[in-house]
Amino acid sequence: MTALDDLMRRLLFLPDARSTFAVPVDRLHFFVITVTMIASTITGLLAFIFFFKYRERRPKQSTPVVVPSVKFEFVVIGVPLFFFLLWFVQGFQDYVWYTTPPKNAQDVYVMAKKWMWKFSYGGEGPNAIGTLHVPANRPVRLLMTSRDVIHSFFVPDFRIKQDVLPGRYTETWFEATKPGRYQILCSQYCGTWHSQMWGEIVVMPGPEYDQWMIEQKRGLSERVDTGGDDGPSFHGSIVEYGKKIAMAQGCVKCHSLDGEPHIGPTWLDLYGKRELLESGETVAVDEAYLTDSMIDPRGKIVKGFKPVMPTYKGRLAAPEAAALVEFIKSLRTQNLETVPSKEAIYEPAKPAPRK
Amino acid sequence: MSSSDAHAPNPHLAHHYETIEKQDYAVRLGMWLFLGTEVLLFAGLFLGYTVYRHFYHEAFHEASRHLDLWAGITNTVVLITSSLSVALAYNAIKQGKTKLCAGMLIFTIVCAFTFLAIKGIEYHHKFQEGALPGKWYHYAEVTAPGANLYYTVYFLATGLHAFHVIVGMSILIWILSRVLRGHFSESYYVPVELGGLYWHLVDLVWIFLFPLLYLI
Amino acid sequence: MSQPSQLHENKPPVYPEVNYLNADRGVWSWLTTIDHKRIGIMYLISVMLAFLLGGIFAMALRVELLTPGPTIMGANTYNRMFTLHGVVMIFLFMIPAIPGVFGNFLLPLMLGAKDVAFPKLNLLSLYLYWTGATLVLAGMIMGGTDTGWTFYTPYSTTTPTTLFPVLLGIFILGFSSIVTGLNFIVTIHTLRAPGMGFMRMQLFVWAIYATSIIQVLATPVIGLTVLLVGIEKVGGFGLFDATRGGDPVLFEHMFWFYSHPAVYIMVLPAMGVVSDAIATFARKNIFGYKMIAYSSLGIAFVGFFAWGHHLFVSGQSAFNDGAFAVISMLVGVFTAIKVFNWVATLYRGAISIKTPLIYICGFLFFIVFGGMTGIAVATVSLDVHWHDTYFVIAHFHFIMVGAVIMAFLIALHYWFPKMFGRKYHEGWGMVAASLIVLGFNATFIPQFLLGNAGMPRRYYMYPERFQALNVASTAGASLLAFGFLIILIYLIYALVRGEVAGDNPWDSRGFEWMTTSPPPKHNFDQTPIITQDPHSYQEPGEEVEHVVI
Repeated sequence: MTALDDLMRRLLFLPDARSTFAVPVDRLHFFVITVTMIASTITGLLAFIFFFKYRERRPKQSTPVVVPSVKFEFVVIGVPLFFFLLWFVQGFQDYVWYTTPPKNAQDVYVMAKKWMWKFSYGGEGPNAIGTLHVPANRPVRLLMTSRDVIHSFFVPDFRIKQDVLPGRYTETWFEATKPGRYQILCSQYCGTWHSQMWGEIVVMPGPEYDQWMIEQKRGLSERVDTGGDDGPSFHGSIVEYGKKIAMAQGCVKCHSLDGEPHIGPTWLDLYGKRELLESGETVAVDEAYLTDSMIDPRGKIVKGFKPVMPTYKGRLAAPEAAALVEFIKSLRTQNLETVPSKEAIYEPAKPAPRK
Repeated sequence: MSSSDAHAPNPHLAHHYETIEKQDYAVRLGMWLFLGTEVLLFAGLFLGYTVYRHFYHEAFHEASRHLDLWAGITNTVVLITSSLSVALAYNAIKQGKTKLCAGMLIFTIVCAFTFLAIKGIEYHHKFQEGALPGKWYHYAEVTAPGANLYYTVYFLATGLHAFHVIVGMSILIWILSRVLRGHFSESYYVPVELGGLYWHLVDLVWIFLFPLLYLI
Repeated sequence: MSQPSQLHENKPPVYPEVNYLNADRGVWSWLTTIDHKRIGIMYLISVMLAFLLGGIFAMALRVELLTPGPTIMGANTYNRMFTLHGVVMIFLFMIPAIPGVFGNFLLPLMLGAKDVAFPKLNLLSLYLYWTGATLVLAGMIMGGTDTGWTFYTPYSTTTPTTLFPVLLGIFILGFSSIVTGLNFIVTIHTLRAPGMGFMRMQLFVWAIYATSIIQVLATPVIGLTVLLVGIEKVGGFGLFDATRGGDPVLFEHMFWFYSHPAVYIMVLPAMGVVSDAIATFARKNIFGYKMIAYSSLGIAFVGFFAWGHHLFVSGQSAFNDGAFAVISMLVGVFTAIKVFNWVATLYRGAISIKTPLIYICGFLFFIVFGGMTGIAVATVSLDVHWHDTYFVIAHFHFIMVGAVIMAFLIALHYWFPKMFGRKYHEGWGMVAASLIVLGFNATFIPQFLLGNAGMPRRYYMYPERFQALNVASTAGASLLAFGFLIILIYLIYALVRGEVAGDNPWDSRGFEWMTTSPPPKHNFDQTPIITQDPHSYQEPGEEVEHVVI
């Protein structure tokens, strides 16, 4: 970060750049906005100067017929096109980078509802409302869905924004560069208190975050989940909850848990595998593939299976899908024994209210 | 147009046109543009169909099997026949055969009624079965997710089309009444032509709706 | 071409005794008229009232935003108010403003025609406009709508507020817009005076032609879309409802398929006005006539394929985002061509500095700044931060207020003598114009900065760090409002007491000035024969200096 960047940010009222994405975005921003200001000022000024330079000096003054040369036409088309395409190429490269989360990113599931943000961590991590704790200098991926209307997850300091839609998952990611507290704003109009749908990202230094996570997990078994009044509330681990969902939704009628292929692929050791698809491509089974397959089951069919699975779009709430993914992740040959929970103290999940 | 028209002004010529040809051209151009807007009106529904067919391929396939195929085929035949008869009506009035024109128009209107009646019977069955759009859906035979959306698209598309049939039919009835009152002749028949064009559009939309909803 | 004003150069101009304004008398003669000029005047009154209403909403919003917390109204009132500000300004003012008023009034005059192709349909379009407007206002009185003018589902299908009258109103307003567009296309194709080929049409006519194509082709889609939202809200059909398997993003696509080209319905006529006015006030042939004419068609065409840039953060694929971004940039290239041509038209002209020129100067700045910030938000990576923030608000207000309302004011001043045969007060005109250009900058430049700082749009309350810029913006808005007030006063004064203008006070070569001002009922006593190219300022037989740049 240079002093010039900081000066420009001050002039343009931009908040400090606190993510890896923010830096290239700001640089391009400065380039585009400087050219914009120069071009518009020149146009306005030129017109103003011409008003006086070429003012009418006598009534019915005759004027020459000015015609464009081919060179002129090339310039007026070429110069703007050159700048626009230059910006596009740079911006699109940055954008593709921004829409491709790194493989090692930590997942957090985000559920938006009027007018709050809920976060649940992968593994056996905690749940939270309004505050998202993340480590600095490590990529974090957010898998987001909405319980009611469209919201949008916006963190000005990170320069990231992603609409959060009901009935489907969207993802975004960031890597915070400096510990601190950063505001989350909802930027898609969502009703009366849209303007108050704020949250906070707490960025902690890596080791501090790890410590925090351990404490959270320790406290979790004693603590009642902080989920809202109408969310599916549960005690104990998210894996247990996922198992319950799998039973309730009938997933296990077609997907076995013991390694035997049935109507659908088995879930045992599924996560992390590379699957050969009907289309001939291969795909790595990760969170994205699993959630995609719940929403659009016919998109990527594993070779040897029939496209018979119905979509669960709109039938699974975000935490439910997240829990399912975590349940599938937990099904490993070596820890198969541990799946039936020893601490099976969970309340029956309330059916999610449908509006 | 003969030169005598220049002396005796044509009663159908508006003051701001120089010749009746120019006016007819303007009217036809206006009609074609209007038909263009109609196509785009339906385009939105076709888009919805495409998107949801992609999302819920299975449900759409299965649900389409539960439409009454024979009713659909009959209706298609009825509409295509009516398109022919309306074209014949136009041909007749162009040659000054008022009676033939009226007869053909009556036949077309009867076809339109037949179409609506068959459509009505189909709707009635769907209501009884509970194969209804969105939240009203309670059809037991197709339970795949997305089947309700198939019937949403079905009712919206055929409903909008049926509305156009009613409008087209009303236009044809109005034209028929003018034909019977002797308003048209071989020298003035543009309204018959325009009414026919509109009816062809109604027909054309169905030609697309029928395979999309009933066959595939 | 006849130059009536030259005949009595030393005599004071005469107000034509019989003209379209007094040819028939009584309110009934206005309500049943099929004279395109009277329809234009009725549109003028209607859209000005709509603008006043939308403007009052805007001021109320700006006052509310003076403090971070509640200031003068509650959250629900605020949400209803910004919705109505958007709906009224876009559907009741912007879209019909220039085509409805100046298109109707001037198109036949510029073509040398006696009326538009379908005069009765023209009256129908006005009545449809009134019906639609009444429904929108009825929805407002019945409790108001709080969805924003974009009606995004599923919020719009679940909101407890009254939605149906507003949707129905927009559906009917769409019909009005289609009928107007259809009428203009047919008029341009069939009613050009002898001697006027397509390449002899004034650039305002070209702009209206391109606009009409968009109106005819895009409007049916919004009609269907709002209807579907209405059906969904009332009947629960589930088309856009995720809990029934529907897809809310489908709505966004269908909505923007119309609403993006709708931007060009607003801005293309504005560009046409500037092309015509700039040639008149520079007393000069328009530079690059063909480039300007074709770029209007170009904008109309590519405008249809750019809608996806409203969905960069909705989760569509990066490939789609990229394609929509490139297409959006082509619009920028076509606009740039026009801007170069306008400035080049001023070069070596004989410029008379009148009120419209102040607006033209403002317009050129606004369209370049507004247009290039449009390119900026089309640059996908930058849009991620700016999307749905005040940056976008400022960008489209630069185009819609900065460019379109400036053009509306240019048109109003430039053609005021044509419409009413009287002159407005030039001094006050200049004062108001300067005030408006300055006030506009003061209102919206802070909003760009607010967007940078990260303030999302449609915020009733906001974090305190945004307050200073909000106060600056509100201060600018009051300047703007004051400017409009001055215009209203001196124009009404001019209407009654204004100096008689004469037939061609600007000594323009636009074909609309061939007849008297105000024109007679049927425009021309004899069908004119066009022997000259448009915007041609050479006297017959004069030796012309040709310059190539």
